[in-house]
Parts: sequence; structure tokens; C-alpha cells
Amino acid sequence: MQPLVELNYITFGYGAEPVLEDICLHLHPGQFAALVGPSGAGKTSLLKLILGTLQPTRGEVCIHGEALNGRLAPRVGYVPQLETVDWNFPVTVEQVVLMGRVRRSGIWPWPSADDKRRLRDALERLDIRHLSRRHIRDLSGGQQQRVFLARALMAEPDLLALDEPTTGVDMHTAENMLHMLADLNRQGMTILMTTHDLNAAAAHLPWVICLNRRVIAQGSPEDIFTVDILNETYRGDMLVIRQDGMLFVQQRPHGHTYRDLVPHPVPGEVPAVRREKNDGRVAPTISV
Amino acid sequence: MDVLLQPFQFEFFRNGTLTAGLVGGLCGLIGVYIVLRGMSYIGHGLSHAIFGGAVVSFVMAWNFYLGAGLWGFIAAVLINQTVRRTKISADAAIGVITTASFAVGVALISRYRRFTRSFDAALFGNVLGVQPEDVWVVVGVTLMVVVVIFFLYKQMLFTTFDAEVARVYGVKTAWIDAFFALILAAALIASMQILGVTLIAAALVIPAITARLLTDSFNRMILVSTAIGALSGLVGMYLSYFLDVASGATIVLLQAALFVIALAITSLQKRAARRLMHTHI
Repeated sequence: MQPLVELNYITFGYGAEPVLEDICLHLHPGQFAALVGPSGAGKTSLLKLILGTLQPTRGEVCIHGEALNGRLAPRVGYVPQLETVDWNFPVTVEQVVLMGRVRRSGIWPWPSADDKRRLRDALERLDIRHLSRRHIRDLSGGQQQRVFLARALMAEPDLLALDEPTTGVDMHTAENMLHMLADLNRQGMTILMTTHDLNAAAAHLPWVICLNRRVIAQGSPEDIFTVDILNETYRGDMLVIRQDGMLFVQQRPHGHTYRDLVPHPVPGEVPAVRREKNDGRVAPTISV
Repeated sequence: MDVLLQPFQFEFFRNGTLTAGLVGGLCGLIGVYIVLRGMSYIGHGLSHAIFGGAVVSFVMAWNFYLGAGLWGFIAAVLINQTVRRTKISADAAIGVITTASFAVGVALISRYRRFTRSFDAALFGNVLGVQPEDVWVVVGVTLMVVVVIFFLYKQMLFTTFDAEVARVYGVKTAWIDAFFALILAAALIASMQILGVTLIAAALVIPAITARLLTDSFNRMILVSTAIGALSGLVGMYLSYFLDVASGATIVLLQAALFVIALAITSLQKRAARRLMHTHI
């Protein structure tokens, strides 16, 4: 099968020191893969090399068998890290999602009938249609992720590239996001995402690529999440727990807990709640 | 009633009012992109850079609009490219490029002491000295800017919001930056005669930030900022006649007053919303 994305002996660096070295990677149509590795491992750079916004110093990136050679990757939907978004920019959900049609819509500044239909479909698909007129700052982290995912879908992509879609959101929201991506993958979408959430990757993604300047290993989470591979990837002392058919990954504490680091911690206090000030209601607090 | 209509008897006032309205709207429209790109200082800096270009044009006996316009366009492109391709921030790039350009003008004035032309109008504006050809220049530039923004609306919005991601989605951001530099330089050249170098920055920034206070929608921000700019241009010009105050200063002071009113209204609205929330808890 012709790979959708091919990276052949890619080396890349911002200065003299390479960030990525001799990367060889294939991503086939319909694959759902996670790029994992420590901060500074080159995950975002690798994603940008595939998008074509960064150029390799050596090697070539091919999309559908064709080398990019300085061009941008065609038909890619990109979801950037939420922390890079300017949340004070005056745009509504609808306006952000419509940006995904910029290459395909006509010359008029307003959306065409087809754009409007696709907008409605994308918003409904991700269950955010009721938020279409809201400012992007007024949404929860999960809703914000969906807005940028909807924008990516508006581009009718062959490949969905997401940079840390589970960072900065709570566990439940991250889980929902991954379920949504799994749904899209079942419908045939090829997905590549970077993540720091190894446990979520182990539970939800069928393919994991461990990266730290070079590809350390790749395969299914069951094969990849071993102490040896993770120690090499994270240059740390990793702990892998297998329980009830699930994998849990944790970095082993360096021989101490907070009791060693802070021997005399200042204790917290559960406040005495004044009932009369709150119509007799008491804020629910569980003290142990 | 006659007293109120009195200033319109004069052709110079009619020309001045028309150009002040157009220039106000033009600055309000472009100001939205400037403010949202975090380049509020560019109006101030670039107008100084254009001053350098104006002096060079005079020394070389070039047409003022062509020479100063080209100079401003190159300075704007250099600022954009410096920001996009290096670690230098927008304010620093503006500071270096525009002050160097301004210094060229000052150096030329001091070198060629035979200067006979007064640059007061370029520095402080002289709306009453607007000639019919200046009106046509302002009309032409306004039409050009409106056409460019109309047809590149989606691309400019995306580039302003997030240039790197816009590239991924197929927007030719380098071209958008070049077009933006072109319309900005053209708008500054057209505005110089009316507002002067010293007041252009305010006319670019104040309507846009006032509109930003009033709306969270980009489309509405464009409309509100343009309307504030145009109205304050017209009303400021009219008031300046009766107050006997420099027209450029009156226009900017009116815009500043509108900003203060918008700030007061939005602060009161926020306070009321907070109070409402507390009463519901």
C-alpha cells in the first residue's frame, strides 16, 4: 500500500545541533498514530515537517508518494496547541471554523451556500452548533479543542495532524476528544497526534511512535510501552503497570516523595462553613 | 441654521471635510489589522519612515506620492519580514527600521541646507491646504484599500489570527503581508496631509481599540472601527472650525473621547454583570 506520509532519512535542526536525526517513518491511509516523547524531543518539529512549514536539512518528506520539496502538504487539517491561540482575538466559533474553507471557498468575503452547509455539518458532528455565535474565549477547553477540530475537518483533509490535543484539559475531556478522534478514524481519517499523555495513548491509540531526536521505536502500545523503550525515550526511570488488560505508565519518583522534599509542610484547613450566610446550604467538602 | 452651515460655503472646508471623513474611515479600517497584529506602534513609526522618504523624494525631485509611498512600502515589508523571519519582536523591528528611515530624512535636511520647502504640513497636517488632487488621491487610496480588503477578507482574517496555521491551510501569507504593507503605506501617504505624521498613529489605533471594547466579533469590529474613524473625521473637522483648533488634533481628541466613553460603558456593564452574578449566588 502506498503510504500517505513518508519521511525518508529526515534530519532537521534550528541551529547547528539537530533536533531530529535520520527519521524514517511511514504513515498509511487510515492509520491512527501518536507521537510521544519528552519535551524538546522534536514532536512538534516533526509534525511541522510533515505539514511543510519547516524544511528538512536532509532527507525528504513525501505525501501520497510525491516529495514536498519546499511546498506545503496538500489536504491536511491541522489542530495547533491550544496555548498558541490568541484567545483575545475577536472571532466567534463560526468564524474560526469557516477559516478551514479558506482554500476552497470563492473570492467573496462571505461564506457560500456550500460553506454554510459544511459549517452546519461540522458543528453538528462535533456537537458545538449551539456555540456558533460565541466568542472562542468563552468556551471550555474541550469545546475549544472541538472548534479547532471542526476547522480542520472543514478543509476536507486526507490527514489530520494534531499537536497535543489532550494537553490543558481534564481527564474526562481528554477522553472525549480521543473518542471523537477514534470515531473519525473509523470513518477512514488518517490521524497523527503528538501527546504527553502516555496512559491515554496506551488506552486509545493503536499505534505509537516513540521519539527523542530519532525514532526510538514504533508499534502497538502493548509492544512499545516497555520499561526499556520508555527509559530510552524519556531518559528516566519509567514504571509500566499492566492490570485488567490495561497499561499504565508512570515515571518512578526519584527515591523520595513530598515528605522527603518538604519535611514540615504547612497543613491546609477545612473552613468552618457559616450556614446562615448561604441559605442554610453547606458547601460539600470531603475531609479525611 | 445659517451659522451651522456657514463653513460649507468654503470649498477648502468641503474638500477638507470630505478627505477627513475618508481618511478617518480608512485609518479605522486598517487600524483593526494593525491592532490585532500587535503592531500599534507601526502607524507612528511608519509615518516617520515616510517622512524620510518624503525628504528623499524632494532631494531627488521625484513625485512625492511615488517616492514616499515606495519608501513606506519597503519599510513596511522590511518590518513584516524581520518579525516573521527573526526572533525580533514587532516593536523592536518598527523602532529600528522606521527611526533609521526618519534619520535619513533629518540627515538630508541638515546636509542640504538650501531646503526651501516646509515640512510642517507633513509633520502636523494641514487639512485646510488640501488641494483637489489630494482629494482624488485620498478617494483613490480609499477605493484601493476597500477593494483589497474586500477580496482578501478571509485570507487577511486568517493571517492576522494565526499566520503560521493560515499557511498550512493554503493562505499565501507572504503575499498577504505584502498587500498589507502596500495598503498601509498608501493609507499613510494619503493621511499625512490631513493628520500629519504625529497624529496618524492615534487615528489608526484609537477607533480600532474602541471597536474592540464594544464587540467580540471581527466583522463588527471592522464596521464599528471604520464608522468611528469616518464619523470622528467628519465631526472633528466640523467642530475644529467653530473651536478654532487644529483639525487633526480635534479629530484625534474626539476619537480619544469616544474611547473613554466606550471604556466607561464597558466597565459599567462588567460591574453590573458581576453584581448580578453575586445576587444570584
